[in-house]
This record gives sequence, structure tokens and C-alpha cells, in this order.
Amino acid sequence: MHRVMRVALFSTCLVDALFPDAGKATVALLERLGQKLEFPLEQTCCGQMHANSGYFEPNLVRRYVEVFDPYDAVVVPSGSCAGAIRHQHELVARASGDEALARRAHAVGEKTYELSEFLVDVLHTDDVGAYFPHRVTYHPTCHSLRMLGVGDRPLRLLNNVRGIELVTLPHHDECCGFGGTFSIKNPDVSAAMLADKMEAVIETGAEVLCAGDRSCLMHIGGGLDRIRAGVRTLHLAEILASTDQAPA
Amino acid sequence: MTTGELIWDSEGWPGPDFAHNARQAVENSQLRRNVRKATGTIRQRRAGLVAETPDWQELRHAGAAVKDDVLHHLDAYLEQFERAAAARGAHVHWARDADEATQTVTGIVEATGHKEVIKVKSMATQEIGLVRALERAGVTAHETDLAEMIIQLSHDRPSHIVVPALHRNRAEIRRIFRENMPDAPRDLTDDPHQLAEAARLHLRRLFLKTKVAISGANFAIAETGGLLVAESEGNGRMCLTLPETLISVVGIEKLIPTFRDLEVFLQLLPRSSTGERMNPYNSVWTGVTQNDGPQDVHIVLLDNGRTKALADHIGRQALRCIRCAACLNVCPVYERTGGHAYGATYPGPIGAILTPLMAGVEHAPELPFASSLCGACYEVCPVEIDIPTVLVKLRHDAVGAQRHRAQDATFAAAANAMNGRRRWTAALKLAPLLKFIKHGGPPPLNRWTRTRDLPDPPEESFREWWTRRR
Repeated sequence: MHRVMRVALFSTCLVDALFPDAGKATVALLERLGQKLEFPLEQTCCGQMHANSGYFEPNLVRRYVEVFDPYDAVVVPSGSCAGAIRHQHELVARASGDEALARRAHAVGEKTYELSEFLVDVLHTDDVGAYFPHRVTYHPTCHSLRMLGVGDRPLRLLNNVRGIELVTLPHHDECCGFGGTFSIKNPDVSAAMLADKMEAVIETGAEVLCAGDRSCLMHIGGGLDRIRAGVRTLHLAEILASTDQAPA
Repeated sequence: MTTGELIWDSEGWPGPDFAHNARQAVENSQLRRNVRKATGTIRQRRAGLVAETPDWQELRHAGAAVKDDVLHHLDAYLEQFERAAAARGAHVHWARDADEATQTVTGIVEATGHKEVIKVKSMATQEIGLVRALERAGVTAHETDLAEMIIQLSHDRPSHIVVPALHRNRAEIRRIFRENMPDAPRDLTDDPHQLAEAARLHLRRLFLKTKVAISGANFAIAETGGLLVAESEGNGRMCLTLPETLISVVGIEKLIPTFRDLEVFLQLLPRSSTGERMNPYNSVWTGVTQNDGPQDVHIVLLDNGRTKALADHIGRQALRCIRCAACLNVCPVYERTGGHAYGATYPGPIGAILTPLMAGVEHAPELPFASSLCGACYEVCPVEIDIPTVLVKLRHDAVGAQRHRAQDATFAAAANAMNGRRRWTAALKLAPLLKFIKHGGPPPLNRWTRTRDLPDPPEESFREWWTRRR
């Protein structure tokens, strides 16, 4: 007999601080699918923003490893943070000379899943019984697409949402220009990339722009709000959690 | 050590202050259109060819593995190459840096007594600033690659590794020819055939009269001592076969162990660089062939920072680079800035790592930050250089090399707040302050709010909701 799998949610610092709705939706979705979730309160941040800005913080890696080591799986509603955990934690640990931490980081990284990976690869479902009767376009986000290689998992999940009208985003695999502190360090290039991404979004006529990463959505959404484009941004979890009783 | 023009720091050209250069480039809409059109065309051709190559990923693995073997045994392969090339009649010279390389080449040219040389397109000679060094010695070097010729005639700089004049459109090229090419026809239009014909006639005269040629090489074969140049126009082959003296400047990482290894690279390179199944011209020569081609053959093996890059455990993979520029063609940053913004011989994602690795990160501390880390470069690299990871590693080095007090303090404070449950919970209480700067924050946040709103802060944090709910 299988023992019950212990699954923890790593909300990410951004969702915890600024976008709790994406976290709540992840909880609602997974509980609806019968998956009990734990949220260890000692968690904070994976350290990606620091590492990508050149500041390696082995303490944040150690914190992540120690908080999530006891679990069988960790689910993260962010391709970018899941990518940093799986591909960057070892680098940061090793650069600090802590080989033991690097090995543990690798092991915990292997059981860390981005949301669409967790649904498709661990829960073996691509139909979560959601209902969302709106015109939606999906931005795949660079780290989900290329660092994690989530492939078509998010689109399979979205395609099975009842009522949804999914329209293809032109040049969908191009970066929106966020890149964390890149948007501050190179604001002009970032804004030029954002302008092209917004043009593509608007061209689809979608009411909602969906992605698996609140950080990219904060960037594109911040631009769309500034020009009053009237396009809402929703995290993948929010659409998948949406039902006719509890619409997003 | 002098690295030549690895970093541009002379004659009015900007150095690698990327953010500053990029601001000006982004405002140039003609430049953006030219670059976007050119990179888009090559990008599409490449994608089509890769899709029809079923063993593409295996080829990439093989390319990376062959280059890694070379880098791990570079000393042995270099000496093997030197012995083999010398046995076939080539003179092999060694150059530690740009100065040694340019002095060696200048000395060889002066010994011939000729005052003019023709040049094959070569990144190594760009990197050491060879044309200018020859000029100072009274020798005129003519670039014969069409695009390099356009660059030279307009006193410009290359903006791309493979297509150096891609920032120019044909109307601009017509103007450059009319103003700077002495034998250009008076009624020249911007028809591509007419432009090519004018260049052909101009170059043909140079090929027939010039006795000394200078080239680089795409590959140096340790087993045979042979060199290979891959090109599209045939102008390179003219330079490699007609003159009496041939001098090739070759980076020490250009080695491959055997002739057979070309099987891998001659599939990877043309698909990745120009979007072709095969380069129209692949010229291979091995030392001197009696009464056929140049009889005075020299090879200058160039370090110029390559052994420095080799010493970097994570960065050394950059030395696998075969200069295909596929990473430039897919880079969303390069597409919007062009190559000059990088202020260095090697632009784009590969330049953002090669330049600091070879010259020292303290001389190009902004370049590793010239990327959104989107990973498109790594995905297309034919020798699997993990450019994003090397960029992050170099950012770490850059932050260590140069202190920015305000920035260092901000990141330290954030890391401190994130390293404890109580501290983090307290920090979350600051989120509502966002509403005061939603549309216009203080520096450097105003770089965000200039074009984007900040999000509305939530009523409560996720963890407050979770705790309340339980």
C-alpha cells in the first residue's frame, strides 16, 4: 500500500507578498483534485532575484532545502522560481564552497515541480474540471519553456477548460523583457521588448492574458494597465481553479 | 597584456557601457527595423533546416564533446598541430596577446616588401585590431568580404559576427559605394545585383594584383596541420589561392582533433550561421603545396585572453564557440540594440560572456547584465554553451569586482529580511506602501514606473490568508 504523499506548497515570495490570489487558486485547485497541501511557514524566497543580480545567497538556498527536504514533493506556481531551484541552487551552493549543500539542493530540486508539471506528471491529469468562459491568450514564459521544458502541458490543461476560447499569442516564445532586475538595469531595452509583447497580446483580442508566472504577468500587466488596454492578467492556477460556482 | 580591440575604447567608439549605448540604439528606429528584418530572416531559415535534421540534438552533443576534449587537452593538440603544419611547410608563430600578434603579422608583411594586403573576413583579426596596426606600419589592408568591405568603406564597425553590415539597408549601401568606392559606376542604383556587380569588379582588380593575403580560420585540424575557412562568396577563396604569401591568425580554441571531426561541424556551422545546409565555399589548405597556391604560408596561433577564459570552470565552455552567431539572431536584446551597443568585437549573448571572460570582468562589468536570461541563445547554440548560466556566474564576479554601495546594501537588506520567518512576516507589512508609488516611484524604481504600473497591494499576504484559514 502507498503511504500518503506529503506535498508542500512553495508560494514564492512574490505571490506571498503581492499576488496571494495565485497562491489561493493553487490551493483551491489542488484541494479540489483531492491533494492535501502543506504550507511550511518558515519558507521565504528561493533567492533567484539575488542570484540573477549577481548576489549569491547560500543562506536562502539552505533555507529552501531545510524547509522542503521533509516533503515528497514541492509544488511551485512559478516556472521561473522552479527553474532557479532546479538549475541555480546547486551553482550558488557550490560557489560558496558548500558541496554538501549542493548535493542536498540537487536532491530537493529533483522533487520540486512547477504547477503544470505537478498536475500532468504527478497527478496524471490534464483535465482539472475547470470552467472559464472567456477569450484567453497564453504567454508561455521563458523559464517554463526553456529552463524547465514544460512543453505543451499548460496548453493541454487550458484546452480542457470548459467554455474557454483559447487564441494563439503571436511570437509567443519571445521574452516579455522583464528579466527581474534587467527591467531596472536596462529599462529602455526592456520597455522596447514589452511594447512588442503588448502589441501581440492586444492583437489577439483576448480579454485575459494567462501565464504560469506572476512575475512576467506583473511586467506585461503593468504595461497593459499603463496604456489602459483593458486586458486582465491571470495566473494559470486562477483559470484552472475557476468553476461555475467559484469563477475567477 | 594588451587585448587589442576586444573592447572598443578608442576613436570615438563607446566602450561596453551597455545600458547607455542601448538607450541610444533603441531610439534609432531605422536600426531596429534593419536588425529585426535581417535576424528574422536567418532565424527562420535556421529553424527550417534544424527541423529537417533528425539527429540535430545528437550533433549538438557531439560538437560540444569534441570541443570539450580539445579544451581539456589543449596543450597536446596545439603541439600536434604545430608539428603537422610545420612538416607541411607552414611557419607557425605564437602570440600571447594582440600586440604580439599584430607585430608578428606586420613583420611578415614588411619582409615581403609589399604595401597592400587583401583580407578574408576574420573575427580574430578584428579582435587584435590588425587593419589599424598595419595602417600604422604603412600597409593598406583591403577587406574583401562584401559586408566587411561596406563596413571598411564607411569607417564603420561590424555589428554582427557573421553578417557584419546587417545594420545597413541597401539604400545606405548604395550611398556608401557612391561616396567611398573610387571605381563605383555613376548610375549605381540600390538594386542588389547592381551593388554586388560593382563590388565584384572592384574586388577583382584587388585579387589580381595583390601578393599578400591575411585570413583567420574556422577550424584548425591538429591531425593534419590543415586550416579551413567556410564562406559564402568565394572572395575568401580568391585570397587563399591567388597571392604568394598567406598569413592566418587563428585562435587557439579553433582546434579540432581530426579531419573526420569536420563531419560534425560542417553540419552544425552552416545551418546555425547562415541557414544553409552547406557553406558554398569550404577551403581547406595544409601548409604549402608545391607550385599551387601561396608558397609562403604562415600561421599565428593566438591566445589573447583565451587561456584566461579556460581557467574559469564555468565560463570555459564559451571557448567551444564556433562563431555562428545563432545566439545573436534569436536574442531579443540584440534584436533591439544591434551589435554596437556591446562596445566590443564580439556582440550579442556570446559577446556578453566572451568579452568579460577574455578581457577580465572588471573591464566589461555591464556586459553580463545585457540579457533578460530568456535562454533562447542556449536553445540554439550548436555546441550547447549554457550562456545564461555563464552570465549569472559572471554577474556574481562583476558584483564582487566592483562595489556599488547603494545596490549592495539593498540586496543585503532584502536577503536579511528573507532569512527568517519573523523578519519576512514583518517585511510583508510594507507591501501597502506600493500604492503610493504605483505610477511613479523614486529612483531606480522610476525606471519601472516610467512605462509600467506597479501592482495594487493585496488586502493580506498569502501567509496571512493561510494562517487565518487554518
